[in-house]
Amino acid sequence: MCVLLISGKSKEAEIKRINKELANIRSKFKGDKALDGYSKKKYVCKLLFIFLLGHDIDFGHMEAVNLLSSNRYTEKQIGYLFISVLVNSNSELIRLINNAIKNDLASRNPTFMGLALHCIANVGSREMAEAFAGEIPKILVAGDTMDSVKQSAALCLLRLYRTSPDLVPMGDWTSRVVHLLNDQHLGVVTAATSLITTLAQKNPEEFKTSVSLAVSRLSRIVTSASTDLQDYTYYFVPAPWLSVKLLRLLQCYPPPEDPAVRGRLTECLETILNKAQEPPKSKKVQHSNAKNAVLFEAISLIIHHDSEPNLLVRACNQLGQFLQHRETNLRYLALESMCTLASSEFSHEAVKTHIETVINALKTERDVSVRQRAVDLLYAMCDRSNAQQIVAEMLNYLETADYSIREEIVLKVAILAEKYAVDYTWYVDTILNLIRIAGDYVSEEVWYRVIQIVINRDDVQGYAAKTVFEALQAPACHENLVKVGGYILGEFGNLIAGDPRSSPLIQFNLLHSKFHLCSVPTRALLLSTYIKFVNLFPEIKTTIQDVLRSDSQLKNADVELQQRAVEYLRLSTIASTDILATVLEEMPPFPERESSILAKLKKKKGPGTVTDLEEIKKERSSDMNGSAEPTSVNSTPSPSADLLGLGAAPLTNSAPPPSSSGSLHPEPADTVHDADELFHKFVCKNNGVLFENQLLQIGLKSEFRQNLGRMFIFYGNKTSTQFLNFTPTVICSDDLHFLKQFLCLNLQTKPVDPTVDGGAQVQQVVNIECVSDFMEAPILNIQFRYGGTFQNLSVKLPITLNKFFQPTEMSSQDFFQRWKQLSNPKQEVQNIFKAKHPMDAEITKAKIIGFGSALLEEVDPNPANFVGAGIIHTKTTQIGCLLRLEPNLQAQMYRLTLRTSKEAVSQRLCELLSEQF
Amino acid sequence: MLLFSRQGKLRLQKWYVPLSDKEKKKITRELVQTVLARKPKMCSFLEWRDLKIVYKRYASLYFCCAIEDQDNELITLEIIHRYVELLDKYFGSVCELDIIFNFEKAYFILDEFLLGGEVQETSKKNVLKAIEQADLLQESQNEDWGGLSEDIL
Repeated sequence: MCVLLISGKSKEAEIKRINKELANIRSKFKGDKALDGYSKKKYVCKLLFIFLLGHDIDFGHMEAVNLLSSNRYTEKQIGYLFISVLVNSNSELIRLINNAIKNDLASRNPTFMGLALHCIANVGSREMAEAFAGEIPKILVAGDTMDSVKQSAALCLLRLYRTSPDLVPMGDWTSRVVHLLNDQHLGVVTAATSLITTLAQKNPEEFKTSVSLAVSRLSRIVTSASTDLQDYTYYFVPAPWLSVKLLRLLQCYPPPEDPAVRGRLTECLETILNKAQEPPKSKKVQHSNAKNAVLFEAISLIIHHDSEPNLLVRACNQLGQFLQHRETNLRYLALESMCTLASSEFSHEAVKTHIETVINALKTERDVSVRQRAVDLLYAMCDRSNAQQIVAEMLNYLETADYSIREEIVLKVAILAEKYAVDYTWYVDTILNLIRIAGDYVSEEVWYRVIQIVINRDDVQGYAAKTVFEALQAPACHENLVKVGGYILGEFGNLIAGDPRSSPLIQFNLLHSKFHLCSVPTRALLLSTYIKFVNLFPEIKTTIQDVLRSDSQLKNADVELQQRAVEYLRLSTIASTDILATVLEEMPPFPERESSILAKLKKKKGPGTVTDLEEIKKERSSDMNGSAEPTSVNSTPSPSADLLGLGAAPLTNSAPPPSSSGSLHPEPADTVHDADELFHKFVCKNNGVLFENQLLQIGLKSEFRQNLGRMFIFYGNKTSTQFLNFTPTVICSDDLHFLKQFLCLNLQTKPVDPTVDGGAQVQQVVNIECVSDFMEAPILNIQFRYGGTFQNLSVKLPITLNKFFQPTEMSSQDFFQRWKQLSNPKQEVQNIFKAKHPMDAEITKAKIIGFGSALLEEVDPNPANFVGAGIIHTKTTQIGCLLRLEPNLQAQMYRLTLRTSKEAVSQRLCELLSEQF
Repeated sequence: MLLFSRQGKLRLQKWYVPLSDKEKKKITRELVQTVLARKPKMCSFLEWRDLKIVYKRYASLYFCCAIEDQDNELITLEIIHRYVELLDKYFGSVCELDIIFNFEKAYFILDEFLLGGEVQETSKKNVLKAIEQADLLQESQNEDWGGLSEDIL
């Protein structure tokens, strides 16, 4: 069969052949004639083979389990192999398998015991742990257990401990396992060391005594002549696997306290370091690999102890030699190992001496994974003394770096530049270079961060403005540069405007020349820059207004751009210079916090490595750096919350997108939410208090007739202090397209006096015209200064579609005739909801009338139900509406049905009215 | 541990952590692609997810191990070599076909050498002794049944 399969010309031929074979095996298993053990074994083995070729096998498990209880070794062996490779957690089978294993473990036949233990170790399921975790320690420490069984038992237990640590009980056996480190048989010691290392990581106290035993064992190995250990010597290296494992075990503990043990261990480590300098005993790569494996593990232990400066420096020198070794593997490992050495205070300086070699590796290594290690090491060895060199080299490398590691390098450069900047002009230059060289890999965090830093540091703002201005002169520049440039010039363009070469108009034209090539978010940012320019440079206001007014802005297909253009244009036209100056003030400094870039790098690399290095480095550098350390250890909230502040800052006459409003508005969106309850009260009434807090009360009086209405808004100052710059603005919700809303609902307001005296009330009139049906209520935004603080709040203005109802009286017959005419499923909207208020018929009637429709008596055959009718008047059309409300007192529920000629109207009225009961 | 051919055909797989078949297939595919894409002189180690991959090519076969961050790369490379030596000694200059046709032997040898992902017995003699003993058991029983080995598949 094999021959056929291998020579099969095509995949189809192979599949065909296999399906035929599977069918054959299946029929044999199902056949009347009971199969003998040999045939069973043969077919199970065939199934296994087919599985290993990559085909799915869904039968034969039962036959394999049967083989387990065979007394013939080969049958048992194949049975176990099948189970090990193909078992699934079929509970029925697991029980049978466990039973067979139990018998074999009890058989006292070492070969059978070995098979059973291998099977447990290979499957390692929780069910197996439950069944055998108690039994195996006994086998392991029993005096009469054969060595090979002990080895299997130790590793079997290790596997079960890894899957289900809770099921492996610690106990008397642990001390006896520790003494296996003294065993005559090196194979037993090897297996036991693995087990002890894993157990000691979780239970260090329990296995403390293993330290001295491990040290003496190690000492005996490293001082032995290469022939002493016979077959455990591997290419002239004595027991390399065991040595590595013992060194690994010692890394679970701090340096030994007992001076004798400690001295002996130091001797061992020195011997290992010495041996590295000896000429090789063999030219074979296996010899050097095994020897160096032990050496690297010894260096790991030295770094772990981090207490013997002499050893640390020797380790560093040894690794330095490897950095130039002709074996790529050794160069890779040396770079990796040195990374951890760099974080030890004893060896940091020694590592730094290899900087030229590492930089050279970055330039000449042909393997990207080695270059990656070199970048890591440069990052780890960087401090104030060599930051400029390292950052420059990394930038150089970035030009040709592999795509896969560019983003990480960008992050690292950005972090180092920030962390070790003495001169922030260097920092600004570095980041702009980053954007120039690898703009696509510069994530938001990086350019957010440069803006944060420039805003927080007065001394660099002028330089930053000048530099971005110059960088923007390039005919093709990366969009990220336009973002940074737009933001920085918008804030600090005035600092360079004195120079005729960067006059306001030139700055504006330069930015605007990039505008059309940018994506929507960047263009939105630039529009914000423009409005900031209106404030910074009144002399170019008209130029900017012309741009904002152009069709490509005002009628832009993108809602966000259009909205900004309309609002900024309006703001620049109506607002006084004072208001503009307040609204468009320079951004306040950002709170100091952990760099968002560092957080990103940590996320990318996983928490382990970066954190440790950073923490250690931070400690070291804080002395040199003092309070100027720009990173501090706050938690990192989403960077966009404050960094995009600018985007929203000038958007004061709109309901700001909640995520970005935080930085400027002390009282953000909750006020809108808070007023929802009150808002609903106004659906069925026209007068009352809409909003109240400790400072301000807002009252309403309104009247509506057909498609027109008038609303009086009363603003009461509840304090004894003046409100200054008091500016209420009625605007449409951002849910709807601004212009469309404008068409639906025409609102006209007169401005109010910007000063409201303490205790006084001012009144504002809103004239309303309903042009066509609309969904969202407009929003009333109020800004003022109270004491020194800026206040900003928004409430929904209760101008709802039902306000334009005219009630219609009609007979039962008319009603039902119309009801049937509106039977298209799209015209009907129904809502079933729980009563929120006591179900009182009189109150319900009053509410329906307040809603605006007529209340029709004796229409519904069921007198408990309510029926209403009316016409919504808009300028363009009239919409007939019928409604029916069915209360269910027992269930405390209502069913509300609305039928109108327009789906959206039915929907909206149903929503509004459902909230009332 | 995975063994696969230069054409990317999987020849032997051994998993020491519980994973679903789907995950195993996905990992295998990913690793085979990654390793085959590497050039001859490149180093034998690479980072992959949060593991380290150690691989080496012997003739037409790639031997590939995934180890954890703390584990020793060079000693893993020699684990691979020792396994190759064991196969070689047992089969007498082993080739890919030996592993295909006698896959069960390749597994048995691996189980004697590595168990639960750790080295069980590093002595070449001891491992082969265990396997030979098993073979002896097998042959003494086979006498009743005639030549089994040609007949297996």
